[in-house]
Amino acid sequence: MEPIKIKENLWQIPVTDWNIRDFHGYSVYSGTTYNAYLSTGSKNVLFDTAKKGFGEHFFGMISKIIEPNKIDYIFVNHAEPDHSGLLPEAVERIRPDKIFLSETCGKAITDHYHGKDWPFEILKDGQEVDISSRKVVFLETKMLHWPDSCFSYLKDDGILISSDAFGHHWATSGRYDDEVNSEELVRHSKKYFANILLPFASLIKKLLRRTADMKLKINMICPDHGVIWRNNPDRIINLYDKWSESKLESREKKAVIFYDTMWQSTEKMAYAITDGFKLQNFEVIMMNLRANHRSEVMTEILDGAIVAAGSPTLNNGIMPTVSDMLCYMRGLKPSGRIGGCFGSYGWSGESVKEIGEYMAKAGLEQPCGAIKAKYVPTEEDLQKCRQYAADLAEQYLNHIKGE
Amino acid sequence: MKFVCSVCGYVYDPQLGDDAADIAPGTRFEDLPDDWVCPVCGVGKDDFEPEE
Ligand SMILES: [Fe+2]
Ligand SMILES: [Fe+2]
Ligand SMILES: [Zn+2]
Repeated sequence: MEPIKIKENLWQIPVTDWNIRDFHGYSVYSGTTYNAYLSTGSKNVLFDTAKKGFGEHFFGMISKIIEPNKIDYIFVNHAEPDHSGLLPEAVERIRPDKIFLSETCGKAITDHYHGKDWPFEILKDGQEVDISSRKVVFLETKMLHWPDSCFSYLKDDGILISSDAFGHHWATSGRYDDEVNSEELVRHSKKYFANILLPFASLIKKLLRRTADMKLKINMICPDHGVIWRNNPDRIINLYDKWSESKLESREKKAVIFYDTMWQSTEKMAYAITDGFKLQNFEVIMMNLRANHRSEVMTEILDGAIVAAGSPTLNNGIMPTVSDMLCYMRGLKPSGRIGGCFGSYGWSGESVKEIGEYMAKAGLEQPCGAIKAKYVPTEEDLQKCRQYAADLAEQYLNHIKGE
Repeated sequence: MKFVCSVCGYVYDPQLGDDAADIAPGTRFEDLPDDWVCPVCGVGKDDFEPEE
């Protein structure tokens, strides 16, 4: 692996994990990178590290620039192990004079690596640190996406080292936004937002307002995963602004239908509901949970106005695939969307009620209730499913008309 | 009554107060100063909801 020279005295150390496919339950079908940054000069400063197990690559890249033990300071922007996993090894090899981090991050690092006597230097939000060749403004960005998350802003360069924010899981040889396929870049960034940052959307709105108020000049955004936004950093800022909208009217005219099925009865309902949305000129996507990963479903939900979930009743409850998806969605809280529930049943029919409870906890209102069909849906049942889609669509259309 | 942070899940328990912000045990949520913030994630009182 090769370090990338961003500009004079500033490097990206991109540890590239080409073959990872499961990132704590998020499907990363194109791998990822763990990016650290190195500023050189009379003080050599490392920003973050990478995941444990990649030490050879990580220190190998640094060694192509300077001897690792010549590093004076380390900034820790985030305690999660994909960025701090090599910190114990780094401290051991580098023996830094100072480790800069927030108070919260210091506690989190101590809770991860237990009882190490490391030279922490606690920084406050907004504090400036002079590292001789450049000035760093340290910004606390709590809950984006952990309480310890922070940014390091290189003031004179107008470069924002943004930790997980503005990142994406995508292993590429291109290291800049202008060196990779632009649509795919947005797709991966959208997936990252939907699966990691969505619960904190309101804080992202606040952060974007804050950085605008501070009039931060941003020439480049350097995230800890994926490529550097150098050609058009405003593009990802504007997308974050859009994705963090809380209101239904900011969603696209789009419905996402996810479900599982035992004997294709719930699937027949899913097809009919899909048709119903198409007849209302909605974009619609139908996703069987046996074929679609939960993190792909969330990506589709991000810009959708309507989410309909289906499960047959299995042993007085729902299918495990559907509860997996609903449990995941509940935590990501995609509120400001309309929910729908459907499912077939044989005798008791509890599934739609259980789906509805999950949806309510996820912040999705269900103004049209739920729809059920006994054993195998009749043509009449399927007509009701198409109508159900039309009713859900109408809720959205009335809402955007302001009724 | 206890109040829960809707962002990070921290629970404000009036019986415990908030030591780090010099809030004495026995302080009701309603009586916390307006500039009090969640000790975990830093959001304000508006982002708290009564615990069910
Ligand atoms: Fe993280
Ligand atoms: Fe990360
Ligand atoms: Zn909180």
